[in-house]
Amino acid sequence: MAYSQKVVDKFEETLNNPEKASVGRWKPGDEDFHRVGTGIVGAPACGDVMKLQIKCQNIDGENRIVDARFKTYGCGSAIASSGQLIDMLKGKTLEEAQAISNQEIVDILELPAIKIHCSVLAEEAIHRAIDDFKSLRNND
Amino acid sequence: MKQIYLDYASTTPVEEGVVKKMTDFMSFDGNFGNPASRSHSFGWKADEAVEEARNNLATLISCDPREIIWTSGATESDNLAIKGAARFYKNKGNHLVTSKIEHKAVLDPFRQLEEEGFEVTYLEPSSSGEITVEQVAEAITDKTILVSLMHMNNELGTITDIDSIGELTRSKGIIFHVDAAQSIGKISINMSSNKIDLLSISAHKFYGPKGVGALFVRRKPRVRLEPLFHGGGHERGFRSGTLATHQIVGLGEAARIAHEQMDDDLRKLENLKRIFWEEVKDIEEIYVNGDSKNKFPGILNISFNFVEGESLIMALKSIAVSSGSACTSASLEPSYVLRALGRKDELAHSSIRFSFGRYTTEQDVKETALLVKSSVERLREISPLWEMYQDGVDLDKIEWA
Repeated sequence: MAYSQKVVDKFEETLNNPEKASVGRWKPGDEDFHRVGTGIVGAPACGDVMKLQIKCQNIDGENRIVDARFKTYGCGSAIASSGQLIDMLKGKTLEEAQAISNQEIVDILELPAIKIHCSVLAEEAIHRAIDDFKSLRNND
Repeated sequence: MKQIYLDYASTTPVEEGVVKKMTDFMSFDGNFGNPASRSHSFGWKADEAVEEARNNLATLISCDPREIIWTSGATESDNLAIKGAARFYKNKGNHLVTSKIEHKAVLDPFRQLEEEGFEVTYLEPSSSGEITVEQVAEAITDKTILVSLMHMNNELGTITDIDSIGELTRSKGIIFHVDAAQSIGKISINMSSNKIDLLSISAHKFYGPKGVGALFVRRKPRVRLEPLFHGGGHERGFRSGTLATHQIVGLGEAARIAHEQMDDDLRKLENLKRIFWEEVKDIEEIYVNGDSKNKFPGILNISFNFVEGESLIMALKSIAVSSGSACTSASLEPSYVLRALGRKDELAHSSIRFSFGRYTTEQDVKETALLVKSSVERLREISPLWEMYQDGVDLDKIEWA
C-alpha cells in the first residue's frame, strides 16, 4: 500500500491509544446528550462506515464544537481520515466546521488518489453531524 | 522489525539448492547454451538440462515427459490450453464450461472466447466453495467441447474432485483442462490414472522461480491446440520461443524436491493449521471461507466480521498476508470468489487469507494468532458496526446512506 507516513502514524496513534484519539461515543441518557449531533455515513457493503459525534456549546452567541468522538469501520486511510477530521473540528464554530473540505484532509494526510473517497466520507460525516445537531435544536 | 511471511499462496521463496542450479546455466563459465543449438556441445548440454527438468516434472505428476510443454507460467499455460483447445475444436461445438471462482488467468481467456462467438457456462460454487461432478454433468450439452476447472482454489484452498470430472468428460469426448497452479507440488496429481487432458503448472507456487511454468498436453488420446505464439516451432510447435534454460532447470529441481518432500510438507502444514486454528477459533463472529471437507491445510481464509480487511492487515504490520477486501485491490471490488460463495460484501471486505509453507514455523503461527486476536479486538473497539452489534442492532435492517 502506497500510504504516506502520515496515514500510517495517524492510524497507529488511533489504534494504540483510542481514548486519546477521541474514539468513543455519547449515547442517549448521557449528560449533555441533547447537545450532541451524530452523523453516520458509508455502508458496510462498501467497506467503510464512519460515525462522528460533535458536542456543541453556545459560546458568546455562537455554537462551537467543544468535543468530538468517532468510530470508524474501514481501511487504514478511512480510520486516519476520521482521526484527522476530529483534530480539525475541536474549537470550531459550526459555520467553520461546515466549511472544512475533503481536500484539506487529502493534503494533510497525502492520501493517494484511490483513497480520496475516505476524505469525502469524512466531509459528509461532519455535514450530517451538524444537520443532526441543528435538527435537535429545532426540536427543543 | 521481523516480518513473518504467511502469503505462500501468492508466491514462495526459491529453495537455495534451486537457485544454485539455476545460476549454473547463465554465465560464460556456466552452461549458457541455447538448447535448440544442435551443432555444438553448448547446445547439447543445455538441452540435456532441459530434458532432465522435463523428466523431474513428469515424475512428479506421473506422465510421459513428452507430454510437457514449457511456458512462461500458469497464465500462459491457461491461455494456451483454453484458447488453443477452443479454437482448434471449434468445428465440433461452441459451448465451454468453467466456474465463477476460477483465477483471472482462466476467466479472462473465456471472456475473450465469448467475444469470438463461443458460449460459456460459469458454474456456481456451493457456499463452501465446491464445484461437483453433478454440476458439470448438468451443464454439458452436445455442443460442449471444453471444461476448465481449477484443482485448488487460490483464495480458499478448496480442492475439486478432478478425477471424477475427468471420467465424465472423457466418456463424453470433451477436453478437460485443469489449472493446477496452486496444487502442483503440494498435493498429489497422477496423470497416468486420471483423465485430464490439459494441466497448467506454475513454478513459483512450489519453491521454483517466477516466470516459468508448463502445460501438460495429453498424447493418448491426443489433444491438439492452436498455438498462441508462432516462431521457431519449439516445444513441438505448441510454444515457439527459445527455452529459458535456467528457469526450466529451476522448475525441474523444485519438482524433484517437491516429489521427495510432499508428504512431509503436508503433515507439517496440517500441524501448523491446527495450532493456528486452536488459537483463533474462539474469536467471536468469525467465518471460515471455503469450509469444505476436501481442503488443503496450507490455506486458511477467515472473515473477521465488523473489521475491515485492509485495516487488519495494517494492524498486523509484521505479518505478510492478503485480503479479499476491496481496499487492497486495484479494482476497489471485494473478492469475486467470496461473493460467488454467497458471502455478504461486508464479510468479503473483512476477509484475510493466511497461507503457510515450507519455511513457516510453529512460533510464526502462534505469534500471528496472538497478534490477530489483539488486533481484531482493538479494531472492533473503534468499529461502529461492532458497537451496533453489541447493542443488538440488526445491521441488515439499517438503511445505509
